[in-house]
Amino acid sequence: MKRRDFFKSAALVGIASFFKTNSFGSVLSGKEMAVHSEPDLVAVMGGEPEVMLLRALKEFGGIKNFVKRGQKVVIKPNIGWDRKPELAANTNPQLIGALVKLCKGAGASEVIVFDHTCHDWKKSYTNSGIEKAVIAAGGKMVPANDESYYREVEIPRGVNLKKAKIHKSLLDCDVWFNVPILKHHGGAKNTISMKNLMGIVWDRSFFHSHDLHQCIADAATFHKKPALNIVDAYRIMKSNGPQGKSISDVVMLKSLLVSPDFVAVDTAAMKLFSQVQPTDLKDVRYIELAEKLKVGTQNLEKLNVKRIKL
Amino acid sequence: MKFLKNIRVVLSVLFFLPIFIFFIDFTGKLPLQLHKLLSIQLIPALLSVNLMVLVVLLVLSLFFGRIYCSVICPLGVFQDILTWKSRFFRKKKKKIRYEYSVPKNILRYSILAITLIVFLCGSSFLVILLDPYSTFGRITSQLFRPLAIWGNNGIAYVLSGMGNYTFYKVEQVSFVPLAFGLALCFFFLVTQMSWSKGRSYCNTICPVGTTLGLLSKFSLFHISIDESSCISCGACEKQCKSQCIESATMKVDDSRCVSCFNCLSACKKGGIKYKFRYKGKETLPVQQPVSNSRRTFLITSGAVFASVALANTNRIIGKKDTILSRKPIMPPGAGNIDHFNAHCTGCQLCVTKCPQQVLKPSVLQYGLSGITQPHLSFSTHVFCTFECNICSNVCPTGALQPLGMEEKKLTQLGIANFRKDKCVVFTNDDDCGACSEHCPTQAVHMIPYKNGLTIPEITEDLCIGCGACESICPVRPYQAIYVEGNSKQVKARKPSEAKKFNKKINDFGF
Repeated sequence: MKRRDFFKSAALVGIASFFKTNSFGSVLSGKEMAVHSEPDLVAVMGGEPEVMLLRALKEFGGIKNFVKRGQKVVIKPNIGWDRKPELAANTNPQLIGALVKLCKGAGASEVIVFDHTCHDWKKSYTNSGIEKAVIAAGGKMVPANDESYYREVEIPRGVNLKKAKIHKSLLDCDVWFNVPILKHHGGAKNTISMKNLMGIVWDRSFFHSHDLHQCIADAATFHKKPALNIVDAYRIMKSNGPQGKSISDVVMLKSLLVSPDFVAVDTAAMKLFSQVQPTDLKDVRYIELAEKLKVGTQNLEKLNVKRIKL
Repeated sequence: MKFLKNIRVVLSVLFFLPIFIFFIDFTGKLPLQLHKLLSIQLIPALLSVNLMVLVVLLVLSLFFGRIYCSVICPLGVFQDILTWKSRFFRKKKKKIRYEYSVPKNILRYSILAITLIVFLCGSSFLVILLDPYSTFGRITSQLFRPLAIWGNNGIAYVLSGMGNYTFYKVEQVSFVPLAFGLALCFFFLVTQMSWSKGRSYCNTICPVGTTLGLLSKFSLFHISIDESSCISCGACEKQCKSQCIESATMKVDDSRCVSCFNCLSACKKGGIKYKFRYKGKETLPVQQPVSNSRRTFLITSGAVFASVALANTNRIIGKKDTILSRKPIMPPGAGNIDHFNAHCTGCQLCVTKCPQQVLKPSVLQYGLSGITQPHLSFSTHVFCTFECNICSNVCPTGALQPLGMEEKKLTQLGIANFRKDKCVVFTNDDDCGACSEHCPTQAVHMIPYKNGLTIPEITEDLCIGCGACESICPVRPYQAIYVEGNSKQVKARKPSEAKKFNKKINDFGF
């Protein structure tokens, strides 16, 4: 296994450096590139959600690097459950509100927020506090409770999930952000950025009946990738996920992880999570499966990771 | 005295519209407090033993006659609207001309007696069928509500195509042919009877109308013809939708008069008046002994007939119970099944208010006696939401006792059963855990199985029977996990909380 891993990462690094030197047409070495280029992953700790978001985005060159004037933006939080924000079952509403505001500030023509919820969608939108935050920031909540809002697309790189019905607003937008919350999860072990993709799909039960982990990894190969995965770890749910039973399941970490790489950000989030609830990364099988499908890398050491404490 | 009719019309609209809209509202935006308008309905008040309402209704009827039928009863006002609207469909005659008709006493008193006796013997069948409020509830929820939802969905479809999501599609999952058919039958019956014969449904079939008719014979105020100024022109008779004025003999049948006051507006001579019945000499009890023996005879013969019918009904129910594949799951707050079956009139209010539409009118789940009473029926994404106690708090008949939110979260409606041999973890060696993921109390939790896989296990005393697990289980058509209803709802054990994590994390861990 180790040898195989070594070969794999060596090959990846090789390919990556090849592309970088080629695209820039320069003779800069890989190391110098890493210093000057944008980070691959930014981790922030110790602030309020809005503050950490601003700080992390600054490392990526600010929101203007992702959202251009007149663009349609979609933000996909986790709003799966009819739960209050304190119970950490849904993404932090302050974070979503702040992101909507930033997008609008960058000139987005429309900022749409939705989730295919598990509980009653209206109650989940309301009680999560997200609807209020989005509307206050000038965004729009869109329903996702009916098949007519979805359109079928091919997922050619998927192993089990070869096609799926995905929410039209996401298919038709110019740019989208994946904003999950870090939680324990009874079925998938943990839910972070890739598991959050189940909320853009209509038929969730297909996932459960065709190897959940493989389907989650397959969904991550969908060609329209989020500009960024912004993992909310301000409050995390350490046990009894994904719904949680009480406030005892919640731990304040006041953290935020941001990366365009699904696999890297989920790996980093699992390492953060394991300090609270030791979990074997291998048990969260979809991370490894996604790496096999070349969605991203688990090898954080090879990436340009920024760690910021406020 | 024309103002009396106008007051009646205004009041009836004020009572009718909120009830009608409340039943139709599919957005959940109307305040739930509106259900209080429904607890003043006679049958719900009787069943929930709402003494204050009962006394008020009794006093009202003893003072003014069957004001209830003209103002408070939504089915009554509904018929008035139908008759009023029917004008537009008539070719020649713009207005209906009514004629005096003989009271159908045998029929109406028999229906009342049989309904009463069957109910006292423990079957709600006829109360469900004949309570005018519940009939109205079924007609509105089964016929008008779907139309409103279709309209909404049409608009939503057009607008969402243009990127406007102001209207959203409302899914309609609660279609039950029997409840629909029943509503349709009564809609046609009521429409047919009221089309040209005014309030003949209320004066022949409705047991509430018949009961209030008995009371209104003694009401302090009543419609009566002043023999000195009446010229027997028949103008009032033509206007009387209860067909209870006989202008030739100058008699008014008080038991059928619904105090609509249309006749007062019709008379130009001041020959018909709404006035005080007792003028000092006559006293209350002397009035009625004439037809008593005949009525007693009718009631007793009705009773014999009803008892026979009831005995048979009970036998059918007994048989049905054993055939059913699973026990029905009652809505939260129903308590035990006997209480619930005896008090619910199948008005469908809770069904229309259920945000998940998990409540549906039953077919024979409760036997013939409980036809159209609500039960929980799970399907994908349709289950009883943990953070919701609406149904128990809107019930006007007391069939569902109001539950506080915390109380509801611990009310066990049923218990989940797990069939391991059907579970995908067992059959496919795949991870799933959808049931446990959706379980709000973690009564369904995952335990180690093999090769790092986990499989569900149920802690029964934690289970509240909400059906979240059943609704999401990917095994179809017969789920690997399903809920068996309790015939007595009990308190579930409070789930133990996780161990709190108190250490401070200062590092990222990577």
